[in-house]
Amino acid sequence: MKTVNEMRLDFRSRPENEALARMVISAFMMPVNPTLEQLGDVKTAVSEAVTNAIVHGYRDRKGLVRMRAWLQEDGELLIEVCDKGCGIENVAQARQPFFTTMEGSERSGMGFTVMESFMDSVDVVSQVDNGTIVRMRKRLTPALCLMRDA
Amino acid sequence: MLNYEKRDGTVYVRLDGELDHRRAGEIRAELDGLIADPSVKRLVFDLNGLEFMDSSGIGMMIGRYKLMKNRGGSVAVMPGGRRVERIMELSGLYEIIEKMA
Repeated sequence: MKTVNEMRLDFRSRPENEALARMVISAFMMPVNPTLEQLGDVKTAVSEAVTNAIVHGYRDRKGLVRMRAWLQEDGELLIEVCDKGCGIENVAQARQPFFTTMEGSERSGMGFTVMESFMDSVDVVSQVDNGTIVRMRKRLTPALCLMRDA
Repeated sequence: MLNYEKRDGTVYVRLDGELDHRRAGEIRAELDGLIADPSVKRLVFDLNGLEFMDSSGIGMMIGRYKLMKNRGGSVAVMPGGRRVERIMELSGLYEIIEKMA
């Protein structure tokens, strides 16, 4: 599938960058006129993925989070959020609603459930001590006829 | 800054803007000082002014619910907009926390 636009953002694993990631992904989607619903869904899913990278991946240590996004000609948005943090030992378990490794820290364990509910698909690739990649897809419009490559 | 009102043993907290992991930490820090007062028996979250909330907001509210419940108090929520409510419903939080009309 032909990509009509793509972006990459690297940022420090600091909580204030959760808002940065939401703003950037919103701005990236704007040219294809997403509905408020779609915008909200994607912002929320990105917020969850980035918070996971900061809180669980790096466990509040210093590190870089990378967000990449692609808009495809068929109107699909692809987003990748990667960290080089501690990784997830058991991805299937981590994706269960209410599962959390941080009982005392008031994480709800709902992060992946929210991502799965708000996006069309969510894939997680993770390796202990090597980091985690979360890949999400969402169809925004039937086709990006207004945005073909020049 | 937390927007709140304390009246007859109840603390009303009006949440606004974007409630994410960062903001949840700030709210937690401010609110726990406020509800440490033993005369506070009830905590009410008003979600009406929220423009955005992710699951960090759920975690923060569950945490306050546990604190209040442990000392015989209660927590209630005044629902927010459609998007915020979608996360609230998804989390099942209203099964344990009172939803006010």
